[in-house]
Amino acid sequence: MAAEAAEFDAASAPAPLKTPLHSRHVALGARMVPFAGYDMPVQYPSGILTEHNWTREKAGLFDVSHMGQAFLVGPDHETTARALEALIPADILNLAPGKQRYSQLLNEEGGILDDLMVTRSIDLDEDGALYLVVNAACKAEDYAHIEARLPPNVKLIRAEHRGLVALQGPGAEAALSAIAPEAAAMGFMSSRTMKVAGIKANVSRSGYTGEDGYEISADARRIGEIWDTLLLDATVRPIGLGARDSLRLEAGLCLYGHDIDTTTSPVEAALTWSIQKRRREEGGFPGAARIQKEFAEGVARVRVGLLPEGKAPAREGAEIATPDGEVVGKVTSGGFGPTLNAPCAMGYVAKAHSAPGTQLDLIVRGRPLPAVVAPMPFVPNRYKR
Amino acid sequence: MAETRYTKDHEYIRIEGDTGTVGITDYAQGQLGDVVFVELPTVGKAVAKGGEAAVVESVKAASEVYAPVSGEVVAVNSDLEAAPGTVNEDPAGKGWFVKLKLTDAAELEGLMSEAQYQDYVKTL
Repeated sequence: MAAEAAEFDAASAPAPLKTPLHSRHVALGARMVPFAGYDMPVQYPSGILTEHNWTREKAGLFDVSHMGQAFLVGPDHETTARALEALIPADILNLAPGKQRYSQLLNEEGGILDDLMVTRSIDLDEDGALYLVVNAACKAEDYAHIEARLPPNVKLIRAEHRGLVALQGPGAEAALSAIAPEAAAMGFMSSRTMKVAGIKANVSRSGYTGEDGYEISADARRIGEIWDTLLLDATVRPIGLGARDSLRLEAGLCLYGHDIDTTTSPVEAALTWSIQKRRREEGGFPGAARIQKEFAEGVARVRVGLLPEGKAPAREGAEIATPDGEVVGKVTSGGFGPTLNAPCAMGYVAKAHSAPGTQLDLIVRGRPLPAVVAPMPFVPNRYKR
Repeated sequence: MAETRYTKDHEYIRIEGDTGTVGITDYAQGQLGDVVFVELPTVGKAVAKGGEAAVVESVKAASEVYAPVSGEVVAVNSDLEAAPGTVNEDPAGKGWFVKLKLTDAAELEGLMSEAQYQDYVKTL
């Protein structure tokens, strides 16, 4: 028996980094794997299916401390927002205090260097600061890229002293409000500073599962207490990277390096919702000429959802063909959706074959596997609007 | 009496007369995690030692199950199509994949005994 395709890339770094929660994962019996230079839990003893279903039904707790947390700090919101807008296509100038947005760092060709979350603090004394969360595997390059392009009065401050956990699922609100009552009233994509189990934390109502939930950032020396306190709640269980991946796939969310990369634009990636009207009209971000042209004239290929018939999953790299055998695209993420109880995938296909309902074949082990183009998310989002 | 032999890739073959039942070990199912799909060959297919006898997919990844010895597929466990999780629950019993009619019984000599396999797993 031999694995054909490992889901998680082995890092080339000789000594993997550890998050502040590493010893807790080991004590919980997690299977640890190298991921983005860190030694991370891929699953706990209950296994990926159980963890996935627990998150959809109750509340799952994820260690995402490997992700890059940083602050962009300038003299006022407008100065900092404009500095960041020179690098990403989202409207940050009009981002209200206490709100966050999803965006992408773009290269000069409009390709995606990374995707990230941008949060404006609700606290007026922090006006001019933006909180960024970037992918672990990209953070060193992202920071270098950002720093090289900032005006002299805006600085990037790495928040390496912080840990980050995500609490996701329909039980997340009850579990977090029990130790941080202010969390209950928050709306989706908003952020507040509050005490969580008595510890100062930045809490946002967002996540990567399609479920309601929160991300909680706190001092790395104290994040373990927040983790431990949340796990005292019988509805909360630790969830590894394996279920994180199957949850985000069912939610139709992109994984950087797989579904989006420097060769894909946000328009091709069907992320146009994350580029607000003012930015589409004004441009002023890297690759704006290409992206504005794509808005006006359309794209040659686009990211779509794919539902294979039957039970066989199609994995990343599988070719997508028409029933006549013409190759029209490639799968970028695919697997088994535990909530769907069926395989699901996403990939890029030529525009002419991208309409929902289009019949296509996914080439798995040399044989065509019939599939249909389907809207995403595959499992409905349950965000708290 | 049935005798079970093992490969370094964690397949087993339980020999009864001139046929052998092929599956993966408990260690292998634990490493794979939850099995969600099994692809089985057609009955009558000839497989070579080390060739693909089946494909087993977990949530995470697809893996090949190799034939421990050469033979002809004389039966497949089609119950796995509806209940792939049986591979996790009972790998040595109801979670078998295929039965092979052996081409060359001498190939069995290159495989590990139960005791040798248990020692091998301890080194991993």
